[in-house]
Amino acid sequence: MEAEAAKFIGAGIACFGMAGAAIGLGQIFGNFLSGSLRNPSASQGQFTNLLLGFALTEALGIFSFLVALLILFGA
Amino acid sequence: MAAGKGPLDQFVIKEYVPLEFAGLDVSFTNSSLWMIIAVVLTSALFVISIQGRSLIPGRAQSVAELYYEFVHNMVRNGVGADGMKFFPFVFTLFTFILMCNMLGMIPWSFTVTSHIIVTFALALLVMSVVILYGIYKNGVGFLKLFVPDVPVWLLPVLIPIEIISFLSRPVSLSVRLFANMLAGHITLKVFAGFVISMAALGPLGVLGAVMPLLLTLAMTMLEFLVAFLQAFVFATLTCMYLHDALHPSH
Repeated sequence: MEAEAAKFIGAGIACFGMAGAAIGLGQIFGNFLSGSLRNPSASQGQFTNLLLGFALTEALGIFSFLVALLILFGA
Repeated sequence: MAAGKGPLDQFVIKEYVPLEFAGLDVSFTNSSLWMIIAVVLTSALFVISIQGRSLIPGRAQSVAELYYEFVHNMVRNGVGADGMKFFPFVFTLFTFILMCNMLGMIPWSFTVTSHIIVTFALALLVMSVVILYGIYKNGVGFLKLFVPDVPVWLLPVLIPIEIISFLSRPVSLSVRLFANMLAGHITLKVFAGFVISMAALGPLGVLGAVMPLLLTLAMTMLEFLVAFLQAFVFATLTCMYLHDALHPSH
């Protein structure tokens, strides 16, 4: 196999890591929604925690995207 | 790509004034230029908005006051009332990162925080403050940070884990910010490239280009959210680490 082809396959495989971040984000927003529907008055106070969890989880998906980019464009 | 430029060209460092100091390359680059713009703009906004300093704030003054209160609450909730001496530090850090992220969203501008060296320097600064202040405040007691409150037979397993997790903090702190800014800008560029290359195909292509255009618009809005959130996360985690320095026992 050519090295160039292996590079593209590797970048594609690296993107699988984003599935984990997707599951995590779904968990966060789903659980927030179910919690805030049970107790709507408490949801306002937890909005910053929601965004914090969103950013922390999303970063992990970005890491795998970064690995794919490094494979594609890196030295 | 139809634009003739790759998605990574926006991150190229250009030297404006080549300088060398004691064998080090300290040239004035576009990165330095945008850092200076961020600092000058921040200072100007705050100085102008509190110019009147009236008891009943005007529009600009209330924005400045709201922003101040926001960071104040973040430090108070994160570090605690005895950590308010770190308020200027966190405020400066948060404002600088937020300004750099937001300035990076302007087309043809340069995103300072999309370079790992900038964010890693900021993260090292935070960790140095945490370690130095933690040792200054608690002495050897600072090492209690690595000893969780568990049965003794678990300690040989958990202490190495705690030390590794502490050492990986500056890495995760800096890579999170830099990777988010880098990946976000690349994604925007790639989707914007779809619009151009589809529209070049003819009338039917123009019709097809509407979808990626709308998607680019949505992504831009998401990027503004991310630009704010990443600055917020950086500042919040800084507060958490400072809290560890003040209260090392779990």
